[in-house]
Amino acid sequence: MSRRPYIQEVSPTAWFFKRPRYMRYMAREVTSIFIGIYTIIMLVGLARLSEGQAQYEGFLAALRQPLSIVFHVFALAFSLYNSFTWFNVAPKALPIQVGEGFMPDSVVAGGHYVVWVLLSLFILFWAGVI
Amino acid sequence: MAKSNKPIIWGTFAAGGELVSLITPVLIVLTLLAAMGFVPEMLGYEKLHAYASHWFGKLVIFVVLFLSLWSQAHRLRITFFDFGVRADTLVATTVYSIAALCSVATAVYLFRF
Repeated sequence: MSRRPYIQEVSPTAWFFKRPRYMRYMAREVTSIFIGIYTIIMLVGLARLSEGQAQYEGFLAALRQPLSIVFHVFALAFSLYNSFTWFNVAPKALPIQVGEGFMPDSVVAGGHYVVWVLLSLFILFWAGVI
Repeated sequence: MAKSNKPIIWGTFAAGGELVSLITPVLIVLTLLAAMGFVPEMLGYEKLHAYASHWFGKLVIFVVLFLSLWSQAHRLRITFFDFGVRADTLVATTVYSIAALCSVATAVYLFRF
């Protein structure tokens, strides 16, 4: 007698619509596309910078296209989501042992947020924005 | 025990993930300002060119781009798989090749300053 085991159908392309938790996971995955494209934009900027002033001014002009502004807004939102989810999971990825126990999650995650704020302020100051 | 290349990939993934999380949002803010016509002082040609000409600036630029490239390449590989693309060898070869090419390009551009 053959038994029919229970096999759950899982769609390889649409599985993440099943639960909000999966959707949040996929939202985080998608951030890599935006950050990847942004990295390439930085590389192009470096290339133009190395070619001379006219080429670099051309790069800055290209940044002002509406499509570029829209991309930047999305990239900023996705990169913030990426950062916050990374900081929040840091206590799990980087458990620091203190004596018998571990450092509280809030300290590890909170430390990341503090470093992030200070570093961001420093870079804004360095860039002459503030 | 068989040798594995995973520690190398994972090292850049972790270091890159940390660096990207800490500085990418503020970098995007800087270029967003430039995109809106308010070019930050540091993104001006003279200043940025001087920065990239100094060995320390070169080092910072290379580390930031190198770690961003490799960590995002690794994440993109996983993202493709999660969206149902099962040709992992092809995807991995493609994204890691792009990361390798762009890393070399970064070094070549930096040597021009």
